[in-house]
Amino acid sequence: MNAASLQFTLMLAGILFSLGLLGVLVRRNLLFVLMSIEIMINAAGLAFVAAGSRWAQADGQVMFLMVLTLAAAETSVGLAMLLQLHRRFGTLDTDAASDMGG
Amino acid sequence: MYNLLFVIFLAPFLGFVALTIGRSRLSESAATAIGIGTLGVSALTTLAVGIEFFVHPPAGGAFTQPLWQWLDVGGFAPRFALRLDGLSLTMLGVITGVGFFIHVFAAWYMREYGDCARFFSYMNLFVASMLFLVLGDNLLFLFFGWEGVGLCSYLLIGFWYKDPANGAAARKAFIVTRVGDALFAIGLFWLYRDLGTLDIQQAVLLAQRHFDLGGPQITAITLLLLGGAVGKSAQLPLQTWLPDAMAGPTPVSALIHAATMVTAGVYLIARTHGLFELAPYSLEAVGVIGATTLLLASCAALVQTDIKRILAYSTMSQIGYMFLALGCAAWEASIFHLMTHAFFKALLFLTSGAVILACHHEQDIFKMGGLRRQLPLEYACFLVGGLALSAFPLVTAGYYSKDEILWEAYASGHMRLFLAGLAGAFLTPLYTFRLIFIVFHGEARIHAHRGQGVTYWLPLAVLLMFSTFIGGMIHPPLADVLPAATGHAANGAKLTVGILSGAVALCGIAVACALFLGRRRLVTWFAGTPPGALLARWWLQGWSFDWLYDRLLVRPVVWFARVNISDGIDLAILAIPAALRWLNGALVRTETGRIRWYAASMAAGAVLVVAMVFL
Repeated sequence: MNAASLQFTLMLAGILFSLGLLGVLVRRNLLFVLMSIEIMINAAGLAFVAAGSRWAQADGQVMFLMVLTLAAAETSVGLAMLLQLHRRFGTLDTDAASDMGG
Repeated sequence: MYNLLFVIFLAPFLGFVALTIGRSRLSESAATAIGIGTLGVSALTTLAVGIEFFVHPPAGGAFTQPLWQWLDVGGFAPRFALRLDGLSLTMLGVITGVGFFIHVFAAWYMREYGDCARFFSYMNLFVASMLFLVLGDNLLFLFFGWEGVGLCSYLLIGFWYKDPANGAAARKAFIVTRVGDALFAIGLFWLYRDLGTLDIQQAVLLAQRHFDLGGPQITAITLLLLGGAVGKSAQLPLQTWLPDAMAGPTPVSALIHAATMVTAGVYLIARTHGLFELAPYSLEAVGVIGATTLLLASCAALVQTDIKRILAYSTMSQIGYMFLALGCAAWEASIFHLMTHAFFKALLFLTSGAVILACHHEQDIFKMGGLRRQLPLEYACFLVGGLALSAFPLVTAGYYSKDEILWEAYASGHMRLFLAGLAGAFLTPLYTFRLIFIVFHGEARIHAHRGQGVTYWLPLAVLLMFSTFIGGMIHPPLADVLPAATGHAANGAKLTVGILSGAVALCGIAVACALFLGRRRLVTWFAGTPPGALLARWWLQGWSFDWLYDRLLVRPVVWFARVNISDGIDLAILAIPAALRWLNGALVRTETGRIRWYAASMAAGAVLVVAMVFL
C-alpha cells in the first residue's frame, strides 16, 4: 500500500467515524445507537489495519483483533442495557431514561 | 486519707463521662444509680477526709496535693494542686452533702419527666466543676471550675429545651454571668501581670509587699474580682438572670441557684480575702452591694406569685447578707451563713418542687391554698425552712448565722450595713410567711396528691434536721484560714444585738400573720389603690431592671447590628457566594440526564482537545 492509498483509506475511516458519531448523536433508538457505535469502532479498526499495512508492521493487525474483542464486549453490555431499557420503560427511546437529570 | 482528695472531684466527673457515653443505652434507673452513686462516693470521701482533718489536722492547717503541672511557657507555669483547708472543707461538705441529697431527691422528681441520663450527666458535671472550683489551689483552676459551673448552669436551666422560653432563660443566665466572668478574667490578667503568679497563697503574700494599702491598683483588681463574684452570685447589678433561671427543673434550682453555684462569688471573695483586706474601698463596695441587693430582692420577693421566683429572690437577698458580712470583714460569719443557707434553701426549693408536683405542675401560689392537711410533710418542711430563713430565734440554723452577721456588722462599726441587715431581717419573714400562709393556709383551691418513696422523704427529712439548731451547731473550722473579725465591743452589746435581731424576726412573723393570714383585707385594699398597684407591678418585675437593661444595652446593640449588616464590606463579601451560586445553577442545567447530550458534549470536548493540540 502506498502513501496515497493510505490517505484515502484514512479518509474513508474518518468518514465512517463521523457517520457513526452522527448516528449516536441523532438516533434515539438505542439499537441504532449501538450500531452507530459499532461503526465508529470499526472505523478506528480500519485505520489501524491501513497503518499496519502501510509500514508492514504486525501491530495494526494485533490492535484490530483487540478492537474486535472490545467491540464484542461493548455490544454484550449494550444489548443487556437495551433489554433492561425495554423492560423498565417499554420503549427503546434513550431520552425516556433521563431520570438522572440535574 | 488525704491522698484520696482527688477522688472527690474525679468520681462525679467519671459519672458524667459514663452517663454521656451511655446516654442512649442506659436505662433510666441505671442512669440514676450512676448519677447518685458517683456523688455518693464523693460524699463519703469528703466525710473520710473531713474526719481525718479533725482527728489529725495537717501541718499549718492546710494540705496540698499537687497533681500535675499544666504547662510551662515563658515562666508561666501554673501548677495544678488541690488544697484542703477549713474553707475548702466547709465548701466540700456543703457541695457533696447537700448535693447528694438533692441528687437523691432528683431521682424521685425526674422520674415523671424522663431523660434521666442527660439530666444526671449535667448534674454530675456541675458538681465536679464546683468541686474543682473550691479545691483548686490556683486562681486559674478556680476560674476553670467557675466557667464549668457556668456552662452546666446554662445546660440545666435550658434542660427542657423544647420550650423556647427556657432556652431564652438559659442564654440570659449565661450571657449575664459572662459579663462578670469577663471582669474576673481581666482581674486575673492584671493580677498576673503585677505579681507573676496566680497561686492564691503566693499571690496574697506577694500582694502585701507589692501593693500599697488602698492603692489604686489593688483596688481596681479587687473590684474586677468583685465583678466576677457579683455576676455569679446574682448581686446588683448583674442579678437579673437568677429569677429567670427558675425555668430549670426544681432540683437544679436547689443545687445550683440556692446551695452551691451562687455562693461561688462569696467563696471567691473569702478565698482572696488577703487581697480585699488591702483594698478597704473595694471591701466597702462589697458590703454596699450586698446590703442594696438584700433590700431590693426582699421587696421584689414580697409581691411575686410564682413559688420558685419567691425563693429565687430570697436567695438573692440571703446572698446579699453574705456579701454584707464580707464587706464588714466578717469572713467566718459569711461562710457560716453560706452553709446554713445551703441547708434551708435547698430544703425550701426541694419542698417547693414536691408541692409543684403534688399540685400537677402548678407554680402560682394563689392557685394553691389550704395544702396544710393534704401535704403535712411539705408543710412541716416549709415551716421549718421558712423559720430558718426568717432567723427564728434559738431553734433554727438561720438565726445563729444571721445573728452572727448582724453582730459583726454592728461590732465593726458599719452602722448603715447593720441597719440594712435589720431591715432585711424584718422583710425576710414577711415574704416567707406570705408564701407559707397563702400556699398552706386558707381554703383549699386545689387537690394535691402526696409523694411516695424513700428518695422523696429522706432528703427532705435530712435537710429539715440540718435546718434546725442542729445545723447551727456545726462550726466550720475556719480559724486557720480566715482571720477573726476585727471589731470588738462589749459582750453585753452582743446579747442586745441577738435579742434585737430575734425580736425583729418575730415582729416580721407577727406582721406577716396580721397581713396574710385570713382574708388579707388590708393587703388586697392596698394593692387596689393606684400607688399600691404601681408598686406591686414594679416589684413584680424585679424593680424593672430587665426593662432598663433592654433599653440601655440590648436595643442599642441590636440597632447597631442592624445598621452594620448592610454596609459595603458585607456586599463585597456576599458577591462571592452569589457568583458561586449562579455558576452552580448554570452547571446544574447541563446535567440533563440525556445520553445523546452527554455524547455530544464528549465529542465536542474531544474535538476541542484535538484542535488545541494541532492548532
